[in-house]
Amino acid sequence: MTAHNKPNIASCWSCRGAVPDGIAFCETCGAVQPPGRSDHFARLGLGRGFDIDGDDLQARYFAAQRRLHPDRFAGRSERERAISMQQSTSINEAFETLKSPLKRAEYLLSLAGVTVNAETGNLPTDAEVLGEAMEVREALAEADTVAAVEDLANEVKDRAEACRRNLGEAFSAAETARAASLTTRLKYLDRFAGEVRARLANLSVAS
Amino acid sequence: MMLLDIHEPGQAPLPHQDASAIGIDLGTTNTVVAIARDGGAEVICDTDGHELLPSVVAYGDDGEVIAVGDGAVARLADDPDRVVSSVKRLMGRGAADLEAIAGSTPFELAPAGDDGAGMVRLLVAGRAISPVEVSADILKAARERAEHALGRPVSQAVVTVPAYFDDAARTATKDAARIAGLEVLRLVNEPTAAALAYGLDKGAEGLYAIYDLGGGTFDISVLRLEKGVFQVLATSGDAMLGGDDFDHAIVAHIMAERGVDEGALKPADIKIALIAARAAKEALTDAEATEIEITIGGESSRHSIDRVTTEDLIAAAVDRTITICRAVLEDAALASDDIQGVVLVGGSTRVPLVRRAVAEVFGREPLTDIDPDAVVGLGAALQAQALTAGSDTLLLDVTPLSLGLETMGGLVEKVIYRNTPIPVARAQDFTTYQDGQTGMIIHVLQGEREMVDQNRSLARFDLSGFPSMVAGAARVRVTFAVDADGLLTVGAREETTGTESRVEVKPTYGLGDGEVERMLRDSMENAQADVTRRLLTEARVEAERVVVATKAAFDADSALLTEDDDVAIRAAIAAVEDAATGSDRDRITAAVAALDEASLPFAQRRMDRSIAAALGGRSIDSVDAEYGTE
Repeated sequence: MTAHNKPNIASCWSCRGAVPDGIAFCETCGAVQPPGRSDHFARLGLGRGFDIDGDDLQARYFAAQRRLHPDRFAGRSERERAISMQQSTSINEAFETLKSPLKRAEYLLSLAGVTVNAETGNLPTDAEVLGEAMEVREALAEADTVAAVEDLANEVKDRAEACRRNLGEAFSAAETARAASLTTRLKYLDRFAGEVRARLANLSVAS
Repeated sequence: MMLLDIHEPGQAPLPHQDASAIGIDLGTTNTVVAIARDGGAEVICDTDGHELLPSVVAYGDDGEVIAVGDGAVARLADDPDRVVSSVKRLMGRGAADLEAIAGSTPFELAPAGDDGAGMVRLLVAGRAISPVEVSADILKAARERAEHALGRPVSQAVVTVPAYFDDAARTATKDAARIAGLEVLRLVNEPTAAALAYGLDKGAEGLYAIYDLGGGTFDISVLRLEKGVFQVLATSGDAMLGGDDFDHAIVAHIMAERGVDEGALKPADIKIALIAARAAKEALTDAEATEIEITIGGESSRHSIDRVTTEDLIAAAVDRTITICRAVLEDAALASDDIQGVVLVGGSTRVPLVRRAVAEVFGREPLTDIDPDAVVGLGAALQAQALTAGSDTLLLDVTPLSLGLETMGGLVEKVIYRNTPIPVARAQDFTTYQDGQTGMIIHVLQGEREMVDQNRSLARFDLSGFPSMVAGAARVRVTFAVDADGLLTVGAREETTGTESRVEVKPTYGLGDGEVERMLRDSMENAQADVTRRLLTEARVEAERVVVATKAAFDADSALLTEDDDVAIRAAIAAVEDAATGSDRDRITAAVAALDEASLPFAQRRMDRSIAAALGGRSIDSVDAEYGTE
């Protein structure tokens, strides 16, 4: 038996008939099935890819939780309650990963066998990304009025926006190395956005 | 969502379908019991028509309950030593935590146990009593009120807790309900319950903030309301901040006027002073000034107090809630303009200063067209109905506080961050730092700070028995799982050797081993009957599940049945159905096992056929044709 035609089926824990991997409810008896190994995209009925419509993702998430949240199984057997908890947990994890562009990019890279971790520097150091990081940090240190910090916030926001667009192109073209570099950049920009927001909050309270 | 009715006509329905599941808002000051029926929820009043059940218990000489609610309040002035109130602030708390409560406490605490750890105990008439037991007595009174009004037994409830309650306080609340003879269908966060009641009543959609300031706790939650889904985006709060703190501030002011050192007051005196302060606070909601008369140690004094003075006294506490509101908007990455409305919940939101401060931070007048005392209880009742009778609404909540582990140097490594949607499960790997280390103490913490001693300790696990290895070779995988009640379970395993490690849990501020069980035995008249009934219910649910599954398989794959199977399985199904109508749990369990056994060959044939079809990449029908079964 070769790998590609190995049957991808499990048996239903309740009626003991066959169920395809990744299906939430047994087609024969209707019993809820464990989450299985499907990736975060498949779990919410999406194909793998960076470009995702946020409203559509949210709608899919709500629809999945409506079917599988433990509250829907409150009066059922202990086994069904436990399985629905696993399902609901998996759906939460899929949603949390996919809704954030950064986490989504990191996840797509991990599916391609690439780990992005700027702290431990296991990526080839990208001089351009590092240069930009230093430049923005200096600008933040020098910005001492609400207006200046707001300008910087908009600048960082625009750059992150452009970075996300480029990421979409890189993933579509299956340019993994470029996607990894852009992901590192997005990570820096996200962190700056947080720092800029905090700075802004401090300045507004002070004024 | 019943697929099949396995009951004889006229038989009592399964308890899980029982329409008498209630909602209980177990508050610091007042408790509310409510029930939802036919699309509407209503508060269950006592025989005098009172909606609120004061969370106050009066005990007798032998620790017996004399009165709960209004009856206990009436005894407070004459017998303050044996009347207990505001006990919610002590749930899941250690002695050291109480120092965090500003000013003096109205509680007389029992000396700590042998190890000095564990939950605090109150000293009532010379007897040590845990906050869990007092809460159980309040919940029992709530249950009895519902049973009296509904004319039938009540055994299931949705109980609300402050969103910002930590794990110890949630566990303590669930234990209290069990002792009161109530199965907790779900612990629901108070602001989420309020959003459910408000959203369903007003048909609200969009982003809403729920500002919930009760007697002892403060919560702020931001939710997205969309087509029956109530999704919490972020929550924060302070489990030690509420109207009680306003009362304490007023007492401190009066005592200063009297020239009395507040620290020298006995707990009983403080209770009396607090009652007077609360009355003044409530009067100042509408009046600009009021008078307080107070008698302590036979000495009376009169004090005038106006609203402006009071607002100065409570400004710091109100400011703190506003700081937390700003932080929660930041957490949700929202600006105040994004919020469609701010709903006020909890009796303390009647204070004019609170309303002004909330209006200012959110840039709009808060919504006050609901009863701030009843809305949480009504939401709990609606959720109880959703869980028993079914509903299209869905609550999606989050963890209020980050969860982590102690690492080297007294630092905390976070495993689950605050505002993560629940249920959630996360695993983290750790290693040994000494050669030959065969065990590890795993210290579970809750909170946002970096150092261990700045966070709340939840439990310590003693993980031992893995083989001696060099430092860094062991891989200990610690798994955190938070369920839909917001309760944490932690598992740990040494992975490289697969050695099953022993895990011992010592809850830091919980009740001791078997203590809850003892309380269950002691306080529940029908403890045994209750357990038996629950086990019978579970057996019946399981019987129903097996019959549904087998019949479905029967219908789908009748072609694969041999004549012997057919007869044996039908007989076994009939036996299960028959057993399930009776009350003999062992008989039901045995019949289910027999049905499993009888259908095994049939199940095997179904699986073989599916695998054959999958291998050949063909449809089931073509395989059936080959098998010659059709």
